[in-house]
Amino acid sequence: MKKSNMKKLFTLLAFLPLLALANESEISVKAPIDPTNKESLQRGAHTFINYCLNCHSAKYMRYNRLVDIGFTEKQIKDNLLFAGEKVGDTMQVSIDPADAKKWFGVTPPDLSVEVRARGADWVYAYMRGFYRDSTTPTGWNNTVYPKVAMPHVLYELQGEQVLNHETHQLELVKPGKLTPSEYNAFAADLTNYLAFMSEPGKQSRKHMGWWVLLFLGVLLVLAKKLKAEYWKDIH
Amino acid sequence: MAQDQTKTQAKGLMGWVDARLPVTSFVKAHLTEYYAPKNFNFWYFFGSLALLILVLQIVTGIFLTMHYKPDAQQAFASVEYIMRDVFGGNIIRYMHSTGASMFFVVIYLHMFRGLIYGSYRNPRELIWLFGVGIFLVLMGEAFFGYLLPWGQMSYWGAQVIVNLFATIPFIGPDLSEWLRGDYLISDATLNRFFAFHVIALPFVLAGLVAVHLVALHEVGSNNPDGVEIKANKDKKTGIPLDGIPFHPYYTVKDLVGVVVFLIVFASILFFAPEMGGYFIEANNFIPADPLKTPAHIAPVWYFTPYYSILRAVPPIMNSQFPGVAAMGLSVMIFALLPWLDKSPVKSIRYRGTLYKKWLAAFVVSFLVLGYLGTVPSNIWGQFGSWLGGADRATVVARFFTAVYFLFFILMPWYTAKDKTKPVPERVTY
Repeated sequence: MKKSNMKKLFTLLAFLPLLALANESEISVKAPIDPTNKESLQRGAHTFINYCLNCHSAKYMRYNRLVDIGFTEKQIKDNLLFAGEKVGDTMQVSIDPADAKKWFGVTPPDLSVEVRARGADWVYAYMRGFYRDSTTPTGWNNTVYPKVAMPHVLYELQGEQVLNHETHQLELVKPGKLTPSEYNAFAADLTNYLAFMSEPGKQSRKHMGWWVLLFLGVLLVLAKKLKAEYWKDIH
Repeated sequence: MAQDQTKTQAKGLMGWVDARLPVTSFVKAHLTEYYAPKNFNFWYFFGSLALLILVLQIVTGIFLTMHYKPDAQQAFASVEYIMRDVFGGNIIRYMHSTGASMFFVVIYLHMFRGLIYGSYRNPRELIWLFGVGIFLVLMGEAFFGYLLPWGQMSYWGAQVIVNLFATIPFIGPDLSEWLRGDYLISDATLNRFFAFHVIALPFVLAGLVAVHLVALHEVGSNNPDGVEIKANKDKKTGIPLDGIPFHPYYTVKDLVGVVVFLIVFASILFFAPEMGGYFIEANNFIPADPLKTPAHIAPVWYFTPYYSILRAVPPIMNSQFPGVAAMGLSVMIFALLPWLDKSPVKSIRYRGTLYKKWLAAFVVSFLVLGYLGTVPSNIWGQFGSWLGGADRATVVARFFTAVYFLFFILMPWYTAKDKTKPVPERVTY
């Protein structure tokens, strides 16, 4: 086998997983999130703690990890702790799992790693995908999670949508407190925060990665020179 | 007695040690006076890289074990604890998970090297057999280790694999229950898989790697030309004319390979540790739930060629056992290679086109089966009624399963019949 052929084969092998990646997106809209935008993450954290954390826990996430998105410990204590939690506690929920199961049919899942399980695009679509449906127990349904047990907690903000069964599009029939574009931004902030919470160490990991690659790059130059020095007398 | 005297006469600290432990002679035999062919190419990096990953997996594994809890109630939480609260825990965990997949990348390339240059041929049959053993143990390590995060894919993947044993006639159901230690995958299963993953199999692996290397250093390394360098020795020194000391020449060369590998490794580890769901599956971030079967259960990518073969073989008399047997055979059959290959030459450089075509067909089969194993079998839709409405992907998988096995079964015929080129006396460098 010629050397060039080997290289081609190796390149092919290296990129093979990408082929399969291409056709996996069921959700057509990409979540417009920016993990480096700390204001967005902070707004999302406020939303999460005020709305979601009443029913959904995030039991692997500690409150004081929010310093990673720019809060000070004092801000966390003053603005984000409501029920006597300590700043080093994880985000537990006061709702009793058995009660929750009675009320909703299922216990609301823990959201610590939800974005890693479903993807940010799914979460963004889910939060914008609620519509009125009289056939379900809660009166709500969702385009990406049909027959979901959760009612539309944010309907005051978004308003009420219905599904047009001819166009398969959602239509806003009763406006909420936010305009559609404001609500989209609101949902994006929350998605951004949920993505952060699913892996708080992600940004620092990437940051560290550049230094590691820089080090390895320098080491590669030195290793190549060392190899050339030794191998010059092999003929 | 004379030997004892010369030993005690050696001077200095090394002399003192050498009289008691053969350090210097060991270093000479395996490094400074182990003569390797000077014409190693790209494909010869993967042996030392595999050793590097083994060390990496053991070291990161030790640190993970310090914080991981092999308990069905706590396992998932302890992994998240490592990811969030243990200092450097996320990096160590990703090193271990990336290491698992990269171990298979490197091992597959290492095995492919053996295929193209005939490294399994006389006198290296035992090296190859130990290598197949290493491959099997590695698959065991990967399988047992994958249960430990206790996510949905961990749980249902283990469920599917253990149930395969239940298809074995007569003893199957009892056997699978014995393996699980329970009627379903449970805390008992998690505990025993943990024991296998961190103690039993690493020991076996280390032992097999040791004999793999001892056997290699006994007969000497093969090379891209497939000629024996020991056939042409310097008359005075007895050193092979085409051999160079492993240290320093190959240690410095492998260092370059190691750094390039680490660049690839670090790029995945720091920037895409999930590798789009191929190294870490999204479903595994949902805690194991014995009551909720995921819609699509797929093994991690390195098992998918064999998983495809399992799915491709149709059941006979309502028994899935033929598929299970075919899957087992597809892995074990590598062990027969030294005796299936009847070619007068070792290296692909001097083989004829017949072998090259079969090898290419095998590689394509492996890749296609690997891809199909990651997706549901209805991915390409169904054929019309003229083919019984069968899943298109299943029919394709059946075809490539046949090619996969024919590569081995027909090997004695096509390697003997192939028109080979003359092999040079010395290596080409």
